[in-house]
Amino acid sequence: MSANLSEFVQPGRVHRQIYTDPAIFELELQRIFGTAWIYVGHESQVKIPGDYFRTFIGRKPVVLVRDTEGAIRVIHNQCAHRGSLVVANDKGNAEEFQCCYHGWTYYLDGRLKAVPLQHGYPRDFDPKSPTTAMVQVPRVTSYRGFVFASEAADGPSLEDFLGPMTTSLDDMVDRAPDGEIEVAGGVFRHAYDGNWKLYLENLCDAAHPIFTHRSSIDAAQQQSDEAHSDGSGEIAIRQMRQNGAPYSFWESQVGIWTYPNGHSYLGDYHDDAKLVAALKDPVFRDYIAAMEKKKGKAETRRVLEVRRWNSNVYPNLSFMSQFQQLRVVHPIDVNRTVVHTYNFRLKGAPEQMFRNTISFANTVNGTGSLVLTDDLEIYNRIGMGLSSAGAEWIEIGRGMQSDSPDGHGGWRGQNSTSEIYIRNMLDAWLGYMTGSSLHADAAAKQQREGARAGS
Amino acid sequence: MGRKPRRALRHATARSRRRIASRPRTARQPAQRTFDVNACEQFLLHEARLLDDGKFDAWLALFTPDAWYWVPSEPGQADPVETVSLIYDDRRLLETRVRRLSSPRMYSQEPRSRTSRIVTNVAVEEAGKGACTVRCKFIMIEYRREQQRLFGGTVRHRLVKADGRIMIAWKRVDLVNCDAPMDGITIPF
Repeated sequence: MSANLSEFVQPGRVHRQIYTDPAIFELELQRIFGTAWIYVGHESQVKIPGDYFRTFIGRKPVVLVRDTEGAIRVIHNQCAHRGSLVVANDKGNAEEFQCCYHGWTYYLDGRLKAVPLQHGYPRDFDPKSPTTAMVQVPRVTSYRGFVFASEAADGPSLEDFLGPMTTSLDDMVDRAPDGEIEVAGGVFRHAYDGNWKLYLENLCDAAHPIFTHRSSIDAAQQQSDEAHSDGSGEIAIRQMRQNGAPYSFWESQVGIWTYPNGHSYLGDYHDDAKLVAALKDPVFRDYIAAMEKKKGKAETRRVLEVRRWNSNVYPNLSFMSQFQQLRVVHPIDVNRTVVHTYNFRLKGAPEQMFRNTISFANTVNGTGSLVLTDDLEIYNRIGMGLSSAGAEWIEIGRGMQSDSPDGHGGWRGQNSTSEIYIRNMLDAWLGYMTGSSLHADAAAKQQREGARAGS
Repeated sequence: MGRKPRRALRHATARSRRRIASRPRTARQPAQRTFDVNACEQFLLHEARLLDDGKFDAWLALFTPDAWYWVPSEPGQADPVETVSLIYDDRRLLETRVRRLSSPRMYSQEPRSRTSRIVTNVAVEEAGKGACTVRCKFIMIEYRREQQRLFGGTVRHRLVKADGRIMIAWKRVDLVNCDAPMDGITIPF
């Protein structure tokens, strides 16, 4: 690793080493995953006291749990005695956690409850000490049911960290007629041999579908609608055809917004008139009726006019409100990544809405999807390509001449084909890794030039 | 386990609905009278060979016009409509899947996979007039770009007789590692 990390990210380009260097990966686990707000899970996954869900912060195994008082906790999944993993099941309900090695037993909030043979320990052995507990992650906060945890004892609040991305999370929840959503319908765990950053760097990339997804676009365009469908294939094929939209569509109708800390979303896309669940669709009509009954016409119109595709919260979360999808990025190694994808049920919506969500998940997030498999191939090929020092720099300058501050701390790209959101993620990366920021430098420069012009 | 999903039933064509409705519920005949286990096994071996040989169009031709093909994401998954599936294709999507497999621009198959399947433990689970459910075990080795993967599990076929030949009305593949983190799946099992 070169001495100066800040040299790896430059205006419009990034060095391949940040995707391939194991030492940089280890530093990322400390400086990004070890400090930022990391998405852990959703409150509906731990509905009642004792419910737990096993996951990871970076590579550290943790347990999301609702304790006996009903509070949400995130505790490191390690026994304070010999370090063994305590919770082995993916999810469940427990009265307490017990290590299977020597029987150390913990309360649901991680405090030590009982130790066999306690008389054998030194006199200063203190079962109430934090050093004999399953360690709590210091900061755990929910935003409208979405649970984030930060290993940094101090730092920006979750809402400050999210900034305007709270509106994307609002959109996930506001679409439920009853104002509540829940995780349902299983999980995909798909994997690739490539760096974790590549995943989020693809999710607002409107310039790739027409190439990467050519085979599924062609196959879907040639598909006869006469063939029997129970509804699920119909949704899949319509989505694949939509991936074939020409550049002119992406350049004229889809925008991209980026915000501090590396967050971004694609917007003005898939408006509800064009969606699979289109306005004239009987299921969607029932849905709108349910929304209007619970929320009134004005609020229903407001909610349905929020038109966002993927929203990315750096460094480990991406979600999509129109089909209730959520993906969590797990860095496994510098060249290995696993992504867990979840679905949400909109409470109070027609049952068929959720079935459409499942069909959509199979289409875009499924391990055997006709679409995702080509994305995974791209991540694998980038992984293989970047391992070569044949070319040192990666070009990320598309649309850079048009990056413009939006006046609220964010930056707009000229249209959805801009790579601004990659530049924005890497600016956040620089911030976490080195404390510097190209965006801040550019904004200061603009301000200086503005002051000179004004004087 | 291998029940036709409720939603598929609801959306079934009038013709297929009549066929389902007229299926005899009590008068089960011994398997040998309608489907010989040996004939079923030969059919499964033929299907496996088509897949190993990359003859996906011929494989698709084995399915009935309202068939479905299902690879659940959870052990013992109850249905394909309330829970995600590694693959859940109705006939229309299955046709698209097979068409994509012949595309020169299917980058996840560049280079192409080679597969080798073993199909065994064949048993007729349930047989009626002109239809039976056959259960078997399979192992599939997939080799692609210096990596070899091993898949295995239980397969159920609903076989029907149409125009004197055996066809697949539905196929369910339960992988032993269906809920594991997995690289992309491109070749049908």
